[in-house]
Amino acid sequence: MGQIQLNQVTKSFGDVNVIPPLDLTIHEGEFTVFVGPSGCGKSTLLRLIAGLEDITSGQIDIDGQDATNLPPAKRGLAMVFQSYALYPHMSVRKNIAFPMKMAGMDEAEQTRRIDAAAKALNLTDYLDRRPGQLSGGQRQRVAIGRAIVREPSAFLFDEPLSNLDAALRVGMRLEISEMHKRLKTTMIYVTHDQVEAMTMADKIVVLQAGVIEQVGSPLELYREPRNKFVAGFIGSPKMNLIEGSEAAKHNAHTIGIRPEHLDVSTTEGQWQGTVGVAEHLGSDTFIHIHGIEGCDPLTVRAGGEVAVKHGDTVYLTPQMQHLHKFGADGLRIS
Amino acid sequence: MATQHSRSAARMMMAPAVILLLGWMLVPLIMTLYFSFKKYLPLRGGDLGWAGFDNYVRFVTSSAFWPSVQATLVIVGGTLLITVVFGVLLGILLNQPMWGQGVVRILVIAPFFVMPTVSALVWKNMFMDPVNGLFAHLWKFFGAQPVEWLSDASMFSIITIVSWQWLPFATLILLTAIQSLDGEQLEASEMDGAPVLKRFYYIILPHLSRAITIVILIETIFLLSIFAEIFVTTGGAFGSRTLTYLIFQRVLESQNVGLGSAGGVYAIILANIVAIFLMRIVGKNLDA
Ligand SMILES: Nc1ncnc2c1ncn2[C@@H]1O[C@H](COP(=O)(O)OP(=O)(O)OP(=O)(O)O)[C@@H](O)[C@H]1O
Ligand SMILES: [Mg+2]
Repeated sequence: MGQIQLNQVTKSFGDVNVIPPLDLTIHEGEFTVFVGPSGCGKSTLLRLIAGLEDITSGQIDIDGQDATNLPPAKRGLAMVFQSYALYPHMSVRKNIAFPMKMAGMDEAEQTRRIDAAAKALNLTDYLDRRPGQLSGGQRQRVAIGRAIVREPSAFLFDEPLSNLDAALRVGMRLEISEMHKRLKTTMIYVTHDQVEAMTMADKIVVLQAGVIEQVGSPLELYREPRNKFVAGFIGSPKMNLIEGSEAAKHNAHTIGIRPEHLDVSTTEGQWQGTVGVAEHLGSDTFIHIHGIEGCDPLTVRAGGEVAVKHGDTVYLTPQMQHLHKFGADGLRIS
Repeated sequence: MATQHSRSAARMMMAPAVILLLGWMLVPLIMTLYFSFKKYLPLRGGDLGWAGFDNYVRFVTSSAFWPSVQATLVIVGGTLLITVVFGVLLGILLNQPMWGQGVVRILVIAPFFVMPTVSALVWKNMFMDPVNGLFAHLWKFFGAQPVEWLSDASMFSIITIVSWQWLPFATLILLTAIQSLDGEQLEASEMDGAPVLKRFYYIILPHLSRAITIVILIETIFLLSIFAEIFVTTGGAFGSRTLTYLIFQRVLESQNVGLGSAGGVYAIILANIVAIFLMRIVGKNLDA
């Protein structure tokens, strides 16, 4: 259970076409992440799948059945909203019980599932509180609990961690991944944070302006981005994209090299530049280098203890096997 | 220090307003209490000395007292019920995106700007008149005998008129409350499998509880002392004599200021009983 297929799905708000025809298959049990810049239509796509928004044309199949015109409740999907959307006047217990109550499940089974979910999510001590009396992370867990107890065929998450602080976000990221490993249910997860996408996904769908730029596993996207947009979007810090004469040497319009695939030396190398800002993270140092034609600044990842100062001259050598080449149309040349 | 200084300065500057308000409240209250213990008949000898609790005893033992309390409560209760129920429904309706929303909202609010006397007269003469009223014409059109609204169904008519005046107030407050409901909550409940009516019952209604409380409290304050609508329509006849109206009759029609003042004190007591009662039932919504 939990295969979702979109065939030629489009969505327009009035005259504005937000999603041009789009095909996508999400396999059973897969953790799929939609990433893309703000306003690219990630939430819209998720809401189309959930049934909260009507599609303009096309077809959505869930588990092989046409679900295009099914109301949200009948699709067997559970959604976790960015604002959590907990019911403020109900206790945590009642919040979690709500979907089961609506389904008319018997009390004993409800209690069993609530207790199991509360235990798994560390909410046992908070079951009688109101959402207003919980921290952001706890509210997030209640929202997840409310989704779990329904035992849906797929979970939909819309930027569930964006309201949490950095440390908590890392923790919740692990918890959600863990949950996916345990439940093995299909999950669709929307984020604009490529680190979340890389760390959690089985499959990443990169979107731009409603168009799917590339679909693949995190490492596929990292190793072989299909075009310049994906190359720049996946990976942190961003890939350096170099145009002009340097690129022409490689018979390409643009060449791309990731900061971690550049060797730094103070004595010799292919390209020469001067050090700008160096960001010391302890484990790594990201150095911004100026003066290299076609890309300013160029970012380089060096070891944690590199001794370079502002204004120093350094030499860089790209690792040729990691060089990406793109044509004038932005597509990858292999 | 500066704060101490500014605090006393603030007190000084607030004093005139506070004293004025206090006097405004206390002078009539003390006068009412004073007269309630007097035998005071302006046209029949004026001040005839102290009366002890005579006025109080006479006022409650009069056969008109309990029916007037009942009439007051029925009008307040009926109007509250109608305005809250229809206020919620209208609020939801007006919250839907529709053509001409702005105009419709203004139209719905308009009755609130009409003076009570005027609206009661309009209802009495243009709708409820058994010969020329619109309702009479409607009834005749269907071949029925026109109803003499203000005498045969006086309470119902008055409640209708008062509700018509107060519905805009309730609608306005409830509409703003509905607008503040987070749309994602409704979507979440939709995904959780709640059909329309259950969404209303489990999500919208609890969200509105505080606004409903406020509507009930404010309306009660004003409705307990309702007068003009009764004066203009039934003149207190046909069982529509409220406590306020009874006091009016005692003071101005029977020219018995002492008796009326005692009634006024009872009205204060009744208002407080109702207030405590309401606070018990609905007031806890305000704490949450
Ligand atoms: N109800 C609507 N009416 C008109 N346009 C809309 C509506 N909802 C979304 N849009 C437009 O559709 C586009 C995609 O919106 P969407 O919310 O899907 O973006 P997103 O990828 O989720 O962005 P973010 O990362 O900022 O949440 C945006 O340009 C937005 O302005
Ligand atoms: Mg979004």
